Amino acid sequence: MALDFSKEKTPIKEQEPKVRSKNFEEVCLGYTVEEGILEAGRCIDCKTKPCVAGCPVAIDIPGFIKCIKNNDMPGAAAILDEYTNLPAVCGRVCPQETQCEELCTVGKIKGFEPVAIGKLERLVADWKYANTKKEVAKKSKKSDVKMGKVAVIGSGPAGLTVAGDLAKLGYEVKIYEALHAAGGVLTYGIPEFRLPMKIVEMEIGAMKDLGIDIECNVVVGKTITMQEIMQEFDACFIAVGAGTPLFQGITGTNLNGVYSASEYLTRINLMHGYKFPEYDTPVIKSKNVVVIGGGNVAMDAARCAKRLGAKNVTIVYRRTLKELPARIEEYHHAVEEDINFNWLTNPIEYVNDGKGQLCAVKCIKMELGEPDDSGRRRPVPIEGSEFTFDADCAIEAIGQASNKILLDTFPELKLNKWGNIEADPETGETSVPGIFAGGDIVTGAATVILAMGAGKGAAVAIDSYIKNRYKPK
Amino acid sequence: MFTIVSKKNIAPQEFDIWVEAPRIAKHTKAGQFVVIRIDECGERIPLTIADNDEKKGLIRLIFQVIGNTTAKMSTLEVGDSILDISGPLGTPSEIKNYGTVLMVGGGVGIAALYPIIKALKLAGNKVITILGGRTSDLVIMKEDCAEYSDELIITTDDGSEGMKGVVTGAMEMVVEKGEEIDHCWCIGPSIMMKYGAITAKKLNLPIFVSLNSLMIDGTGMCGCCRVTVDNKIRFACVDGPEFDGLKVDWDEFMSRLTQYKKEEKASMKKYETEVGEQPWH
Ligand SMILES: Cc1cc2nc3c(=O)[nH]c(=O)nc-3n(C[C@H](O)[C@H](O)[C@H](O)COP(=O)(O)OP(=O)(O)OC[C@H]3O[C@@H](n4cnc5c(N)ncnc54)[C@H](O)[C@@H]3O)c2cc1C
Ligand SMILES: Cc1cc2nc3c(=O)[nH]c(=O)nc-3n(C[C@H](O)[C@H](O)[C@H](O)COP(=O)(O)OP(=O)(O)OC[C@H]3O[C@@H](n4cnc5c(N)ncnc54)[C@H](O)[C@@H]3O)c2cc1C
Ligand code: SF4
Ligand code: FES
Repeated sequence: MALDFSKEKTPIKEQEPKVRSKNFEEVCLGYTVEEGILEAGRCIDCKTKPCVAGCPVAIDIPGFIKCIKNNDMPGAAAILDEYTNLPAVCGRVCPQETQCEELCTVGKIKGFEPVAIGKLERLVADWKYANTKKEVAKKSKKSDVKMGKVAVIGSGPAGLTVAGDLAKLGYEVKIYEALHAAGGVLTYGIPEFRLPMKIVEMEIGAMKDLGIDIECNVVVGKTITMQEIMQEFDACFIAVGAGTPLFQGITGTNLNGVYSASEYLTRINLMHGYKFPEYDTPVIKSKNVVVIGGGNVAMDAARCAKRLGAKNVTIVYRRTLKELPARIEEYHHAVEEDINFNWLTNPIEYVNDGKGQLCAVKCIKMELGEPDDSGRRRPVPIEGSEFTFDADCAIEAIGQASNKILLDTFPELKLNKWGNIEADPETGETSVPGIFAGGDIVTGAATVILAMGAGKGAAVAIDSYIKNRYKPK
Repeated sequence: MFTIVSKKNIAPQEFDIWVEAPRIAKHTKAGQFVVIRIDECGERIPLTIADNDEKKGLIRLIFQVIGNTTAKMSTLEVGDSILDISGPLGTPSEIKNYGTVLMVGGGVGIAALYPIIKALKLAGNKVITILGGRTSDLVIMKEDCAEYSDELIITTDDGSEGMKGVVTGAMEMVVEKGEEIDHCWCIGPSIMMKYGAITAKKLNLPIFVSLNSLMIDGTGMCGCCRVTVDNKIRFACVDGPEFDGLKVDWDEFMSRLTQYKKEEKASMKKYETEVGEQPWH
């Protein structure tokens, strides 16, 4: 086989680290169509298509890539549309390196990088929004006869996916969202420089064009009850996410200057705090910031802190780079932006300056011991290794638990031992007939694409549930 | 749309509005609040649901102009609307027949106390209410509270109405008079709640306070509202806002309220340069 293409992925333009670490604009600038065609040429259209198996929603990857290669962008967009309602989002935030791209045949050849599947997906989605917006809207005019009414609670990726698929099948779908804006973590969590708000808005706009009604400011369990929903709708999908921040609970956690990443990012993203005072919600600008954790959330918080003007931003993680759960691309971006990493380190105290404000973070060094339940080696503190960082801001990004605001009002619903909803992983069926669930509220904090996958499965199951219910006996 | 259907100026820089919000009106219980956002650039701020009219689909909000958002809100008139209102949020007050309850309110906290007074009275309690303020004009909702109180005591710092002094003095007086109090509520400025709790402890009375911490979402999603109660981290928006007043870490609570002082000032200043000299000066 003659490999007449580049070993490396076609380079993609990015904002320079020095420049971008001072603004909130998107880091990655995306491929041009020409670059996309070049990159699509690296796909050898292998028989086994392992990439498809690596994709949680089994997108026909070689199919859309072939269209790009032939400069048939509408064709590529049409293929993506069959599988995903959020291609512009997925192309930007999916961990392709552990999914489709990890399995790509080209990437298995010694010295070769896999095809840049994610970046190609993004190209197609962006092309679609730039070129066919109005056509799409016209084509999918809602039909008047509805197959049934479905309520979706939560407008994150899981909820949006279920809603999109059911609307396409002809259902009347209503999404209830607690916040004033739709999108879930895509809107309140993931920052502008990784996922611009206008991209999320465009994807949501496309869903509204399908006839989906999204009502914000409705906290289900409070504004309306589950009983009311069950009366009004034929079925309901619960996708409320893993919305409650966890704290280590060490001394000083409630000092001023100590945040959960959820608060920090919500101020910045949902409330546009980085544009204070144009927007009314403030976010503190700090000099020395310590971020605790090693996931995407920690990277996002650290990179936001940098963009708000912090001199020193340090991520402390209790394991090592090898165990880092964040996407590798985001880790590299963080390093380029001068974020410091302190591996095998855990904070043990937030130090009070005597006036209720954080002045330092006391840490301890860790070493890796025996593997724990997750199979990763458990970090254990090294006695006597304590040291401190000067810090006027500390951000905990150590994970989120399930939000209880709906669950507390609906005790009929069976939960698992982690407090998440017990639901069939394929269909989303819960212990209550007609109530389905999926996304982070079932799996615990996971990924956009897994949430979408859950939504897809549930859409099929809800469709057959409603059809069975109304089948003439 | 959450349209304002009535508006009254009930005290210097304090406003009483009724707003269309049928679903919230239907589900509200005493002790709950809403989070509002006035416009696209606006902040989300919590306000107590001071009353609700389920039939008309209305909720009542009473607010004091204290910063940027409340200042902007005071310029909204009947017919204008508030962009976002979400609620009813928070755990409702524990309403039951305690016997005799002592209800202590100060400042705009009276707006939060009133629905609880009303619910406790309707639950069959004997209600003794103490309302305090710096001066007579600042003691709001006297008629509202009187309607559901068996006894109403007013205190003012300057003696312009009722007893001269602060609410804690009146609390002691009520007990000295021989009233057997089964439970207290104290809602007002944090310093008043702190001393209310200290007095309750001295008088050996159980007491609830309502913690008006800084909030964003009000649904337990951000942790901005966290407080320490009984040495545990609690989220005021979902676990509260009412807590056992004897167990609150008051100094921490008050310190957390000042986190954004500098930014709040800047925000207000920017607004004032935009709109010019305003009555709140
Ligand atoms: C900062 C951050 C960065 C991330 N980065 C990545 C990444 O790069 N790649 C990736 O794949 N994943 C990433 N993730 C994870 C990913 O965002 C989530 O796994 C995904 O969003 C889960 O989707 P969901 O639909 O289950 O829930 P969510 O996105 O959490 O949405 C749930 C929605 O339900 C609403 N809701 C909650 N309760 C109620 C109620 N009672 N009534 C009405 N509405 C309610 C919430 O307000 C929210 O809008 C990141 C997460 C965070 C926090
Ligand atoms: C559950 C709850 C119920 C509330 N109910 C009412 C109510 O019914 N009526 C009412 O007038 N106010 C109420 N508050 C307080 C109200 O939310 C604040 O006054 C408001 O957020 C101030 O916003 P601002 O932009 O006008 O002022 P800002 O400029 O944000 O703040 C100005 C000043 O107010 C203080 N402040 C800011 N936020 C709060 C807050 N949440 N609580 C107390 N002080 C604050 C600041 O420390 C600062 O000194 C309640 C608060 C909570 C948490
Ligand atoms: S595995 Fe790689 S080479 Fe094979 S079809 Fe998928 S993208 Fe193309
Ligand atoms: S206000 Fe966000 S958790 Fe309470």
